[in-house]
Amino acid sequence: MWAYILRRVLATIPVMAVVALFVFSLLYLAPGDPAAVIAGDQATPDDVERIRASLGLDRPYLVRFGAWVGDIMSGDLGTSIFTNLPVSTMIAQRVEPTLSLCLLTLVLAVSIAVPMGVVAAWKQGTLVDRAVMGFAVLGFSVPVFVVGYLLAYVFALELDWLPVQGYTPFREGFFPWLENLILPSIALGGVYIALIARITRATMLEVLGQDYIRTARAKGANQAGILFVHALKNAAVPIVTVIGIGLALLIGGAVVTESVFAIPGLGRLTVDAILRRDYPVIQGVVLLFSFVYVLVNLLIDLLYTLFDPRIRY
Amino acid sequence: MSITIPAGTAVAPPMPDILPDVKPRRGLLGFIRRNPTMAFGAALLLAMLFVAVFAPFLGTRDPTALAPALRTREPSAQFWFGSDMLGRDVYSRVLYGTRVSLLVGFSVAICASAIGLFIGLMSGFNRIADSIIMRVMDGMMSIPPILLAIALMALTRGSVQNVILAITIAEIPRVSRLVRGVVLSLREQPYVEAAVASGTRTPAIIFKHILPNTLAPLTVQATYICAAAMITEAILSFIGAGTPPIIPSWGNIMAEGRALWQVKPYIVFFPAIFLSITVLAVNLVGDGLRDAIDPRLAKRL
Repeated sequence: MWAYILRRVLATIPVMAVVALFVFSLLYLAPGDPAAVIAGDQATPDDVERIRASLGLDRPYLVRFGAWVGDIMSGDLGTSIFTNLPVSTMIAQRVEPTLSLCLLTLVLAVSIAVPMGVVAAWKQGTLVDRAVMGFAVLGFSVPVFVVGYLLAYVFALELDWLPVQGYTPFREGFFPWLENLILPSIALGGVYIALIARITRATMLEVLGQDYIRTARAKGANQAGILFVHALKNAAVPIVTVIGIGLALLIGGAVVTESVFAIPGLGRLTVDAILRRDYPVIQGVVLLFSFVYVLVNLLIDLLYTLFDPRIRY
Repeated sequence: MSITIPAGTAVAPPMPDILPDVKPRRGLLGFIRRNPTMAFGAALLLAMLFVAVFAPFLGTRDPTALAPALRTREPSAQFWFGSDMLGRDVYSRVLYGTRVSLLVGFSVAICASAIGLFIGLMSGFNRIADSIIMRVMDGMMSIPPILLAIALMALTRGSVQNVILAITIAEIPRVSRLVRGVVLSLREQPYVEAAVASGTRTPAIIFKHILPNTLAPLTVQATYICAAAMITEAILSFIGAGTPPIIPSWGNIMAEGRALWQVKPYIVFFPAIFLSITVLAVNLVGDGLRDAIDPRLAKRL
């Protein structure tokens, strides 16, 4: 098993190398002078020169890439062109809201979607099943910001139950923090719930057809026990895989959700960086999100050996 | 071959059919009965296509015409969907926005499928190319697609072509993976082995035996890509990294309505409803196609 874990960990190195090379090269794939691209249309020649110097464009490509990777390894993601602050500092200031939003969405989505999928599989072909599947199609089709504005309009503006926008840091209390995050989490969770509910239903249908489920029924185990202990446990691997892969949806959606609900997180940082053409910041954020994505999926892969003792590599 | 029965033998009389023959319904009506969701999705999509093509004739005016004296009017007989903060007619803008959304959705679906098909076929048939291509695709797949599109758009001038290009690049890895998977499993099929054994050249095997069988799953995937591309386009425009503000696209209308959404929510909601309905239509068509192509999957998902 240790050999498997080592092999799996080592396999992420080429992936991360490709991500780094890709993120680094994006700037040079664009037509024209990268310094002029970053500087934008209203830049003076002085600005372009300053940016050219800060990017080190006078050095060869691979040397620059090597130096860039070296910097990242030591935690230096470069300097923002707009604020002149280190990108790592800017990211560190914005991590908490995004992390809060994503974690709450994850908890919410899993605790809603898994029971939904289980019940749909149990009552296959009934109205409940159809409702769940219909909801899943809707969840895939209605974009995050549409749900976001709708929820904010109904629950914040019309009913005045929850704050419209904004974010309260966690250290100012759990409930103020939660109050601000409920609507964004529900909006962001829509797609994720649809995805998880679908795969839960599909896997559960497969598992419920197995012989040991019939045996459990025959020995008189109660329905809830069969569904959640015997069946769900054995359906866990594909469900957890999808939760990991779906993280990409969550990250992409967070960028939009933060814009809708005025949450000062990494998504807002990205949007502001785009408008200011602050490329080092965009590179930093994309790299960070990709790294987290790869890392989480690596952890999930390794967790399988714990979930399912049958998996031995 | 008819059986002759000797005279005098006791034979059971021919039984009349208890149930009348079920005639399979043909034509459009039969199709609708067999695939109600797909027919519904296709009808919605056709309606949107109609709106996109005939936008100038559906009671619209110039979607970019400013009327500062008539800003932020509520929906009325003059402005069916109201007017925005520059006095432009939201109804006309939303209808013209259909064009951008459908153009981006279909273009990305076609381009990403074609390029992904090529890459997938290549890596399915060449071991060396496969190991390199798949490492690159793994890396690209680790970047969330919306972020990848954002990073690409941040570099280029906002234009519809660039939006299509950026979303296509972000979607290619998934298509390539799918095609490669199908190619690898088809290569082991006896009929391909038979073709190899009888001396068929590799290009002929690829184009005559492998390619046609990848088209079915690819078509289903293409519809989902189309839906995803429409959402991504709206998101890019919404955060200011997509189609230039001068072109009315649903994302742009929502971005402009954002500042006023607490007092004039309809500016945001009309394009939002259109976007949701269009994406829903494409998804329904995709689900219908998937069920028709793989009935085994239909029961499961």
